[in-house]
Amino acid sequence: MPASPALEVRGLVKRYDGRAVVDHLDLVARPGAVTAVLGPNGAGKTTTVECCEGLRAPDAGTVRVLGLDPVADARRLRPRVGVMLQDGGLPTGVRALEMLRHVASMYARPRDVAELSARLGLDSFARTTVRRLSGGQRQRLALAAAVVGRPEVVFLDEPSAGMDPQSRRAVWDLVRELRADGVAIVLTTHLMDEAQDLADLVHVVDHGRVIASGTVADLLADGGDAADAPATVLVEATPGLETEPLAKALAALPHAAAQPGGAAKPGSPVPDAGDAPPADTSPWSVVAGADGTYTVTGPVDPRAVEAVAAWLADQGVLARSVTTGRGTGRTLEDVFLDLTGRHLR
Amino acid sequence: MTTTQPGTVHPAEPPASGEDRAAPAWRRIAAQASFETRAILRNGEQLLVTIVLPVLVLVGLVRTSFLDLDTQGWSRVDFVTPGVLALAVMSTAFTSQAIATAFDRRNGVLRLLATTPLGRGGLLAGKVLGVLAVEVVQVVVIAGVALALGWRPALAGLPAVVGVTLLGTAAFTALALLLAGTLRAEGVLAVANLLLVLLLVGGGVLLPAGELAAPLAHLAVLLPSGALGEAMRGALLEGTVPAFSVVVLLGWTAALGWGASKLFRWH
Ligand SMILES: Nc1ncnc2c1ncn2[C@@H]1O[C@H](COP(=O)(O)OP(=O)(O)O)[C@@H](O)[C@H]1O
Ligand SMILES: [Mg+2]
Repeated sequence: MPASPALEVRGLVKRYDGRAVVDHLDLVARPGAVTAVLGPNGAGKTTTVECCEGLRAPDAGTVRVLGLDPVADARRLRPRVGVMLQDGGLPTGVRALEMLRHVASMYARPRDVAELSARLGLDSFARTTVRRLSGGQRQRLALAAAVVGRPEVVFLDEPSAGMDPQSRRAVWDLVRELRADGVAIVLTTHLMDEAQDLADLVHVVDHGRVIASGTVADLLADGGDAADAPATVLVEATPGLETEPLAKALAALPHAAAQPGGAAKPGSPVPDAGDAPPADTSPWSVVAGADGTYTVTGPVDPRAVEAVAAWLADQGVLARSVTTGRGTGRTLEDVFLDLTGRHLR
Repeated sequence: MTTTQPGTVHPAEPPASGEDRAAPAWRRIAAQASFETRAILRNGEQLLVTIVLPVLVLVGLVRTSFLDLDTQGWSRVDFVTPGVLALAVMSTAFTSQAIATAFDRRNGVLRLLATTPLGRGGLLAGKVLGVLAVEVVQVVVIAGVALALGWRPALAGLPAVVGVTLLGTAAFTALALLLAGTLRAEGVLAVANLLLVLLLVGGGVLLPAGELAAPLAHLAVLLPSGALGEAMRGALLEGTVPAFSVVVLLGWTAALGWGASKLFRWH
């Protein structure tokens, strides 16, 4: 039986001045999983998590955190839920570590403050007042405050905002560790790589509604028909390589199940003139991008990769990367832009 | 919708009741009170308003004849000190608390603390206790200076002073929260300072309302500032608190407390 959800949101509606900024939104998060709420600015992510945190009362719909109502059962829920607000919520006049100690003192068995602060690199600014911290330092302190009480559910609103790559890594490592400990982590983000690398489940939100849900793989598949997409070898090398020898070599390969029409999908880079497959019957296509990437599409098998490697060797080029896969390198960002549109908010 | 592989719900732990994962309520509130007290006593501007200003007023009124006081037969220091103590209560419970709460509200501090086991009720309790702790420091400093200047308070009125201080604190903290919870932080900064100056000059705090110009004299006794001032003077000069002042303070506390609880916005 699947574990009961740590968070269950059904038909959530929240209006400001009559305008519904969260509009019949459904959301589920499970223990031991990272659930990302992904959406553009103004999509209603913060409003949604604030309803889950008991900071705002819904206008309609139900929110259950660990089976409890965040507003009515707040007293029972608060010790079990950790919160990192988008705007930090840190008092500005106190020193960083003093703030963390203070939040820790609200719990019966908090995490070890020294260990946590070493973990998140807070020691270097432990005695600095919050007012003087950089954005990334504040974010790390706010994250520490969210987890210091050993919560079962953690809400992180745009946790990586303003962080350098090192901080981000430290934060992601901590999130993964929490997940391994069975904590339900709900994070909002508009960063694709954050959702892609971290989330077990992604809810794409726009205009206050969930417009797509699933694992990253599901979303990539639903958005791009990846399961049916022809296999590819993606080569990152230098621009201007002759592709004809490769096309010829591939066409000469024996292959059992010739896939008809293994042409590049629309949306892939436009082939250079003269890059067309040498024979009409070849299931292979080789498409050169202007940036030195080459997409080889067809019935990819180890022999095909060997042919690609031999072609590169013949040209005396060491590729930066050779990747096999399906589709044409669609990312979550492509799916996201397809779902939410490309205009600015 | 698709779901990931299910996680497991802590099989070893019995379903935690929640409340036993929080520190005991008294410890949470004590921690918050001490946090608030330290924040006020460490902030230069707050110290200026809560400690330096009352002491300057005390020394200024006692040692200079800059104001021609009708001390009604009392010594200058005996006559002025109760009002300075009332001013100290106002500066901490009202001005300093309004400004601190307004900026904490703007910066999301109130919301963040409300999500911890402290909760909104604990936050309020911590704030009130923090105010009282700062007032203890004020009373020690002001009484020390006043005694050095020859102050002889009516000892019989000392227990009443405690009650008057608590009542004044309640009324002015409610006013502070009403402002802090409804106006923008910059607005609160301006209004809280301005109001303190206005009440100081014309609110019957330092000097008896009766010594003010005619229309103000009648008005000031009905203000929380005038009522607090009269109550302090009654206790420390004569050893008895006028019932009228107590009724006025109770009325303001009820009205402002009701307003703050209805109108306070956390966002
Ligand atoms: N207190 C508020 N009053 C009025 N409108 C608000 C308020 N808070 C947010 N909004 C509006 O609601 C929408 C959703 O905001 P928010 O939940 O913060 O989105 P996100 O976190 O996804 O960027 C935005 O259009 C925002 O301007
Ligand atoms: Mg947001």
